[in-house]
Amino acid sequence: MRLDVQDLRVSLSGRPILHGISLALNPGEVVGLLGPNGAGKSTLMRALAGQVAATGTMRLDDTDIAALSPAARARLIAYLPQTRIIGWRLSVRDLVGLGRLPWRGYGLRPSAEDEEIIASALALMDVAYLADRPATELSGGEQARVLAARAVAQATPLLLADEPASGLDPAHQIMMMRALRRLAAEGRSVLVSLHDLTLAARWCDRVVMLKQGLLAAEGLPEAVMTPQRLAEVYGITAHFTRDEGGLILAPTGLTDGEAGS
Amino acid sequence: MKPLVLNTLLALLALALFLASLGVGPAELGLSESLAGLFAGGSEAAEIIMREIRLPRALLGLAIGFTLGISGAVLQGFLRNPLAEPGIVGVSAMAAFCAVAVFYSGLAGSSLYALPAGALVGALAAVLILMALAARSGSTLTLILAGVALSSLSGALTSLVLNLSPNPFASYEIIFWLLGSLKDRSMEHVVLALPLMAAGWLLIALSGRAIDALSLGEEAAQSLGIHMARTRLLIIAGVALCVGAATAVAGTIGFVGLVVPHLIRPLTNRMPSVLLLPAGLGGAGLLLAADIAARLVLPAGELNVGVLTALIGAPFFLWLVVRSRREAF
Repeated sequence: MRLDVQDLRVSLSGRPILHGISLALNPGEVVGLLGPNGAGKSTLMRALAGQVAATGTMRLDDTDIAALSPAARARLIAYLPQTRIIGWRLSVRDLVGLGRLPWRGYGLRPSAEDEEIIASALALMDVAYLADRPATELSGGEQARVLAARAVAQATPLLLADEPASGLDPAHQIMMMRALRRLAAEGRSVLVSLHDLTLAARWCDRVVMLKQGLLAAEGLPEAVMTPQRLAEVYGITAHFTRDEGGLILAPTGLTDGEAGS
Repeated sequence: MKPLVLNTLLALLALALFLASLGVGPAELGLSESLAGLFAGGSEAAEIIMREIRLPRALLGLAIGFTLGISGAVLQGFLRNPLAEPGIVGVSAMAAFCAVAVFYSGLAGSSLYALPAGALVGALAAVLILMALAARSGSTLTLILAGVALSSLSGALTSLVLNLSPNPFASYEIIFWLLGSLKDRSMEHVVLALPLMAAGWLLIALSGRAIDALSLGEEAAQSLGIHMARTRLLIIAGVALCVGAATAVAGTIGFVGLVVPHLIRPLTNRMPSVLLLPAGLGGAGLLLAADIAARLVLPAGELNVGVLTALIGAPFFLWLVVRSRREAF
């Protein structure tokens, strides 16, 4: 399904956070959401997930997202929050199984189809070997992948992932991005916020860059991530190289002036 | 353990303790005499003792224990906090205070129902305050802080009445509400409290899906289709109904709601909704056992069952915490 957002505005406690964002996601696309801390990335995701009040239009094909009931929205949009919370010593399999709640009648055991979807989500996030371990006893990186598997198991056309790669080792960062690409290949749309610019450049079809609640730039990674724009939005200088996999970006320092102050 | 096996075992345990509770009392009744008194009408004395004294007591032990266990389990799941217990929402403290106030004002003499009705009004007032807050602020933390404030306020007011009470008999009655007891309850109490408790259990059962999703925090739960405002109302109303009704007939009984979910949780897959029924059954078993012990330890004076649950519950809880240094939850 195609996500179409027009002129999205959000205020929190009377303070405007997003000042009219417009963007679109096509089925099969992985779109990276970039921007410094406080630019409004998480707020944008929470607005799309129906967790903060917003004005403007948000549509999935012809469906008005704001008008959906929570239960109906949960079958269309999965949201992986940035804060990783695991309340009880649930087994990894049971935790990932929570992703099936929107699809299951209350009190019913997971169906064979549920079990299949749970197993494939575990495999996709490379946590199948942990399935019977208590999720609370895993490392931070393992927990991040388990929670991502929960959102995957929700089997929605749109996945919003808020910094799913933060705190992961390099191998698992790449695995996380590859998993998101696989979901896109199945026809889902993925909006993923990232701080690692190289990951964004190499694994996203397009990137959207926010600065102080405004859209700073949007388009192909190479078109958006220019030295001028990184200076403007992040206040950094960076070393740019490229190989056959795409752009490689290493931040090298702060630009003078506003940066770091 | 499979939920079905666990629930069956706990139900059998509760049933056994229920029957044992029927068999315990100052009157020496044999087994056959008791059964005859209960069902077929043996001697008149046996019939009165069984039907009007022991049966209501055992029924209330069962229902109130179930209430405390299931309320503790749902609140721990809802708040993702292993320290939550039914008292935390302030409902039982308010109920106890209003009962005490009714007693102090002298209204209690007017009817058998005056005291429990007063307690129910107190519970209802606490619920309305909490619901108004829940509807306004939309934050679970605010709700808890309000509950704690309500608890402290009612506790202070109850102490005030205790200080002002004119005679030792009045103080004794007030202490009954603070410590909780199943002593001298009648079938009228059962008829008054049981429907309200059952309604509360139903509301709690309806929140099962929400507390499962809340294992992942409020944001993730919302994204799984959970309507947070509705869930808050459901759980607050459910807990208030059953705990309010329980307090109205038996005073505040501590520790059952806190300890039982911890005892039962390791026997389940720790999914909050799966814990609800076994925690209720376990609570029923524990309260019945404590009530039997209260009658056996001091046959003449009879301990308050709330004292006993705290005496056993607190050290046990401490042991549980020390034993499991890693996360026990």
